Amino acid sequence: MTETAIQLGIVGGYMVVAAAIGLVAYRLTDRTAEDYYLASRTFGTVVLLFTTFATLLSAFTFFGGPNLTYSAGPEWILVMGVMDGIIFAVLWYVLGYKQWLVGQHHGYVTLGEMLGDRFGSRPLRGLVAAISLFWLFPYVMLQQKGAGQAIVGLTDGAVPFWVGAGGITLFMIVYVAVSGMRGVAWTDTLQGILMLGLIWAAVAWILSAVGGPTAATARLAETNPEFLALGGGLYTHEYVISTAISIAFGVTMFPQINQRFFVASSEKVLKRTLALWPVLVVLLFVPAFMLGAWAAGLGVTVPENGNVVPAILNEYTAGWFTAVVVAGAMAAMMSSSDSMLLSGASYLTRDLYRPVTDLAEEDPSLPDRASLANRIRRSALAAAVSLGRLLRSDRDRETLLARAGVVVFATLSFVASLYAPGTLVEIGDTAFGGFAQLTLPVLVALYWARTTRWGMYAGVGGAQLFYLASVFLPMVPGSYLGGWSASVVGMALGLVLTVGVSLATDAAPGEDATVYTVSAVDGD
Amino acid sequence: MTARPAGTRRRLERAGWAVGAFVLAAGSIPWSLWRDSTVAAGLPLWLWWHIGWLCLASLGLLAFTRYGWGIGVESGAMVGATTDDAAEATDD
Repeated sequence: MTETAIQLGIVGGYMVVAAAIGLVAYRLTDRTAEDYYLASRTFGTVVLLFTTFATLLSAFTFFGGPNLTYSAGPEWILVMGVMDGIIFAVLWYVLGYKQWLVGQHHGYVTLGEMLGDRFGSRPLRGLVAAISLFWLFPYVMLQQKGAGQAIVGLTDGAVPFWVGAGGITLFMIVYVAVSGMRGVAWTDTLQGILMLGLIWAAVAWILSAVGGPTAATARLAETNPEFLALGGGLYTHEYVISTAISIAFGVTMFPQINQRFFVASSEKVLKRTLALWPVLVVLLFVPAFMLGAWAAGLGVTVPENGNVVPAILNEYTAGWFTAVVVAGAMAAMMSSSDSMLLSGASYLTRDLYRPVTDLAEEDPSLPDRASLANRIRRSALAAAVSLGRLLRSDRDRETLLARAGVVVFATLSFVASLYAPGTLVEIGDTAFGGFAQLTLPVLVALYWARTTRWGMYAGVGGAQLFYLASVFLPMVPGSYLGGWSASVVGMALGLVLTVGVSLATDAAPGEDATVYTVSAVDGD
Repeated sequence: MTARPAGTRRRLERAGWAVGAFVLAAGSIPWSLWRDSTVAAGLPLWLWWHIGWLCLASLGLLAFTRYGWGIGVESGAMVGATTDDAAEATDD
């Protein structure tokens, strides 16, 4: 009991320190949207690297990854290594640098804004934001689930699941509401460095207790010889490739990651960050995921709905150390979630709310031709304009809406986390797949001037419908042609639709392909 | 120099870096060691391959940021050191 109290004290204390940093950042934050959401585009290498990294350091990597290597073998390291270390790094340049240039030039804050402006389309802007918020929901829920499980595991069930999940929910709401991007990034940096250190300390501690890596791996070879042979079981070629592609492409469209493409202070920062990616990935994923695999060989038992990392720590290290690692992991989940909620809030206000209120400025009259279609369009526009006038107000209301949106979103995902089935990796994988459906249409739009508005509607909408059907409708299969996931098939469909429909249609009035033609000089 | 050879050269460079990126991604999974369970220094051999490959990838990306940055992304600008130097001078 006293040990539990000490452990809870450590977790609580860590959270308070993280909150204090948020408050300091708050005092340095201007009350402008650019500063609140993008910290005025001033991030240097270390902060940008770690803030992106810590956002990836979520319950998905921390608890879900080791759980998977514990049950299926350490090949998950390869999946995450290829996806995060290389494919994501390439996209960091191809998509991220391009978005940075375009964003610097035109002052965009969200992906929806960037697309809506180029294609002269509010519906496209709203559609991209709505899709993003939809898939953000399960991923925020995943963090809450992870935190709830962590607290249950740490205290052997003395503290119930809802306390952990609810506590982290409360914490992230307060955090996002007060501090904005600067606070989020600062704590991310602290947490990223700390988690990297803690994971290595944990590996060193456990390995010294069992006689080194050779002994630990020898134990694994006795109990699970299959784990050491590359491939087999869950890990087929198709599974490894489609999971890596789907996650890497999905990550770039996560609101919190995508928004980071707009925040670097200079090109130099993006360059340095790029080269550091693969090394950082090796440093984090190899020890974290090997812990899970070694735990299988060491015969560590994981309680139902529990996680392997706290279990192996409890068995081989001191109680206070387990608490420190769990606190670090919870803080990492919090920093993932608060970044997500912050970006989600900017999507909500800028891409969904503001376009509707801006309609108030519009003239609802259309060319007076009495066709039925025109009459319907006129009434629809008139209705939208009145809605816009009704909601129109100053920016105070928008800020309030952003914060209220965060509270509602986090509360709903908390409630869902209490009931949602599925493992951490399953939930995360599904969300990544949903985001991945956006990536190829966006890439096509950024690089191919012939892309049209209808091509974007078809590519973004079609891929999304297909993927949603594969997730939610039992008659639509989730895997194709011997193991390729629905996510990768949907991505291909999105690409074909975007290009095909663009070729078949002409640019509508209001589209401006030159928006994305920016040179490096513009960017600086 | 006429515009055409310069354009061809740029296209070749772009293709070269694209192939390089593909090779880096494809090779990071040790396909040749599939189903192999050799252990070396406490870790599976295939994992050592992966670790080595990612370090190599880091060097590859570093080389890209030095010599290829801007290719395929910047339009209407010369790819080269001048803009980078300007950024460097004002950075940090």
